[in-house]
Amino acid sequence: MIEEMRKGAVANLPVGASVAAYGSVLGMLAAQKGLSWLALLAMNLSIFAGSAQFVMVDMWVPPLPIAEMTLAVLIINMRYLLIGASLEPLFRGKSFFHKAGVMHLVADENWAVTMAAHRHGHVTTGFLLGGGICLCAIWSAGTLLGHRLGALIGHPERFALDFAFVAVFTALTVGMWRGRRDVAPWIAAAIFAVAAERWLPGKWYIVIGGVGGALVPVFQQWLLPGKAPFGPSGPSRTDLVAKEIE
Amino acid sequence: MNPLSVTDPFVVLAIAGAALVTYGLRLGGLLLAEHLPKSGGFGGFLAALPGTILLSLVVPGIVSAGPLGGLAALSTALCVWRTRNVFFGVIVGMGIVAAGRWWAGY
Repeated sequence: MIEEMRKGAVANLPVGASVAAYGSVLGMLAAQKGLSWLALLAMNLSIFAGSAQFVMVDMWVPPLPIAEMTLAVLIINMRYLLIGASLEPLFRGKSFFHKAGVMHLVADENWAVTMAAHRHGHVTTGFLLGGGICLCAIWSAGTLLGHRLGALIGHPERFALDFAFVAVFTALTVGMWRGRRDVAPWIAAAIFAVAAERWLPGKWYIVIGGVGGALVPVFQQWLLPGKAPFGPSGPSRTDLVAKEIE
Repeated sequence: MNPLSVTDPFVVLAIAGAALVTYGLRLGGLLLAEHLPKSGGFGGFLAALPGTILLSLVVPGIVSAGPLGGLAALSTALCVWRTRNVFFGVIVGMGIVAAGRWWAGY
């Protein structure tokens, strides 16, 4: 188990470099929003999901909109349902407590690294967990370092820090592209999101755009049965990370 | 900036809520693996969701950032598309916005 964990940790180090880098961006934004380093660390350890944490920090304006924030996190992290389901073969025969313990530290990156290793040979849940511990440590170090630096920056907009959120999510979105079948859902999502942002208060545009866009393939299949192939499902962030490691 | 503000009930609730929801999805996906539809209506919906969610998050931000923001976002997207390196793309986008503002004497 320890040897497998060590292997998993080492295999995640290359991805870890970019995790640390955008973690430091999150830390800077958190400092600008007045989040304490302790709250940031609590988020890293208990939530451990980069995109959701970025959104929470973005929404972090007192009084905290807790219901809206929790719903946004639910929707953004919905992909973990698929990620969890895809790990079922790896966990076959393990106890409930083993599953419950290891799953907490599954993030996009160590999941992708584990799935890539799984295709090339035998991996264990120890490999997955080792990667998770490694990434969680790197993520925490990166965010806390950014938090320290962010508190020192006087004019964040001069360094385009206010644009960091948009840049990070633009980059992450590109990794989700699944090919031509995404054209219609993505156009619909963009239109719904912009319209909702204009006419509705708060952050409802995230949910409305995301759900509205994702309903397009459902209607396509409903109207033209058999004409809208879904292909193998699952977040295509794997391709992105897998290419990064190979 | 008091580190102890982490005990503020709002902060505790916000973090605990997000943590519970995220953990529930992680473990739920594994435990429900056989019952989750891989195709059909709900399967197609779940598969399309990661992309449409991230796009919805970012598009209004790009629109309100104006032409400079649009150019920067497009450059970020192209960089990530070509190099598959998220951090490099982010730095390019932020660099364009920072340079544009400096040039405009912002």
